[in-house]
Amino acid sequence: MSSGPLLTVRDLGVSFTAEEGVVRAVDGVTFDLLPGEVLAVVGESGCGKSVMAMTLMGLTRFPNARFEGTAHYKGLELIDAGEEELRRIRGAEIAMIFQDPMSSLNPVMRVGEQIIEQIQAHEGVPATEARERVAQLLDRVGIPRARDRVDAYPFELSGGMRQRVMIALALSCGPSVLIADEPTTALDVTIQAQILHQIQSLRDETGAAVILVTHDLGVVAEIADRIAVMYAGRIVEQGTVNAIFYDPQHPYTWGLLGSITRVDRARPERLPAIAGLPPSLADRPEGCHFRPRCPHEFDRCRDVPPLVARIDGDDDHLDRCWLPVEEKRERREVRPGEIGLGRKPGAAAA
Amino acid sequence: MEERLDSVLPEGVETAVRSDALEETAEREHVAGVGPWRLAARRLRRDRIAMGFGMVFLVLVVICLAAPTWATDVAHTGPLKNHLTDTVVVDGERKDVVSLDGVPIGPTWQGEFFLGADTNGRDTAVRLLYGGRNSLEIGVLAALITTVLAVWAGLLAGYARGFTDAVISRSLDVIWAYPVALLAIALGTALSLQGLQIGPIEISGESKLIPILIIAVVYVPYMARPLRGQVLALRERDFVEAARAQGAGPVRIMLTEILPNLSSTIVVFFPLMVANAILLEAALGFLGVGVRAPEPSWGNMIGDGVKHILTGPHLAIVPGIMLVATVLALNVFGDGVRDAFDPRARIHLEH
Repeated sequence: MSSGPLLTVRDLGVSFTAEEGVVRAVDGVTFDLLPGEVLAVVGESGCGKSVMAMTLMGLTRFPNARFEGTAHYKGLELIDAGEEELRRIRGAEIAMIFQDPMSSLNPVMRVGEQIIEQIQAHEGVPATEARERVAQLLDRVGIPRARDRVDAYPFELSGGMRQRVMIALALSCGPSVLIADEPTTALDVTIQAQILHQIQSLRDETGAAVILVTHDLGVVAEIADRIAVMYAGRIVEQGTVNAIFYDPQHPYTWGLLGSITRVDRARPERLPAIAGLPPSLADRPEGCHFRPRCPHEFDRCRDVPPLVARIDGDDDHLDRCWLPVEEKRERREVRPGEIGLGRKPGAAAA
Repeated sequence: MEERLDSVLPEGVETAVRSDALEETAEREHVAGVGPWRLAARRLRRDRIAMGFGMVFLVLVVICLAAPTWATDVAHTGPLKNHLTDTVVVDGERKDVVSLDGVPIGPTWQGEFFLGADTNGRDTAVRLLYGGRNSLEIGVLAALITTVLAVWAGLLAGYARGFTDAVISRSLDVIWAYPVALLAIALGTALSLQGLQIGPIEISGESKLIPILIIAVVYVPYMARPLRGQVLALRERDFVEAARAQGAGPVRIMLTEILPNLSSTIVVFFPLMVANAILLEAALGFLGVGVRAPEPSWGNMIGDGVKHILTGPHLAIVPGIMLVATVLALNVFGDGVRDAFDPRARIHLEH
């Protein structure tokens, strides 16, 4: 698209001073978000995805937090914008869909009231008009009998319905960026698909860009345009969906891809997993953070690998792994045509 | 299905099951709109004991409100009017209202001096009703002021946390540290002598506002502390975070997100607060620092009556019964309200 990125994030860093030391939740995160694009941020739990997303909205400004880097949105610097400015942005320009629809709606307010309140806070619309808009919104996100449900309380709605209400709430002021923080984790699989398609079709209708935070690669394959893989606060690989799924460069990505069940492959006896746990963000290993869990570790991994394009002719596919591209392509092949974390050459024979 | 349940379950369970089923069908009829308030009201209506005692309280209020009617049309006297040297005809016999040795007449069970007279020859029934007006007025107003102050203190302390919380909470702790009655008596004695001056507002020592304010302030911590606790828990809930993500400022979050979640607690507290305020007013009146004589209140009527408990026992017993009835009715009703709103809630006020 010619209009240039909507959101430009450069070297974003977030650290919290905690009892166990300085927790670096986000470290050197750099990406662009283009209008109308769905960017998926994937990674294990506790690797800084949510903190990154919340930081963009200024929701992590705790007294013990420190920020680095920049995040430009329409000429505004989000990281050090005033609270007053941010309040105008939140909801109206950048909206968020939360993980758990069960607890993200105020239990004692009718759902309609909650959305009307939001609309009126940002735009001086008369109550009757706002109400009409709410009914249309609820209808658009696929709530049956939307007009009657404007007056429903959250406890009268199912989880999927509530998530739809949350989406309607997020869309109510026509935001240009929608941040969805694991919008489907609390829902069952059939509803997940519906909600995802809802988000996708709303993206198509409104042209809003979406940042989708998730740990579910199935979800990503479904709707994302581009993927950023995060590990221990850093983006370790970034590229288009096709690039990430068919030519992944970072062993962590291989591990993620190798540990999902796929209907188009024979089922392995045991689902492969990445051994070990992500490091504590207060005490991360030097150099490449994935080093202790990576079977392909070698001397160079003690230096921090930069996030750069390593494949000739593909400037859009960035990763943080020192291995030569050809060797990666060889090592990630656990079975012909199948990607996995693999073993170190030689170790397999033992 | 219904019949099989009947045979298996004990009686109470069976009705509970049946009423739940009724409730469900009632709810299925409309898609939306049966809010927590209506559910609570429905549960309260079904609680016969609570409703009964609520009615008792209402009747007491109505009787007290009718005091002027009783005074002019039935007793033909006022609450402050002396009849020391008057006589009254009882069962065709003429009697002194106050005998020569100072013993007041007992209940006559007729219009004039229905419940007898006090040592000044004033009509006890008339004073009882006017006193009830004072006691109820002070109780309700004090409870209202307590509620407003406590809600603000709780919201601010719980939402802002940190320094603001420390200042508010420690101030409340200071009030909390004194026994309620002791603090109220001390304040009452001091203020009824000098009155109270806050900036341009001056309240004379004789005003009813003095006991109202004292009672209101003394009870603030008892309500503000649990509210603060609730706010502390509520502010961490996802919907508050979501509201923040929608661009809501602190005031809007406090008033539209958190306050509605406190409303059931506030409603549950209120009748119990009124009962406590009436009791404390009685204690103050008994000790002579509440409503100023000759103006009656149940407290100072009991206080006067105790001095003559042997010669005129009705003087203490009658207002005592009224006080007990009112407080009992409010407490039972308040418990019913609590059960209706949140059966698991643990809100208790000590007396």
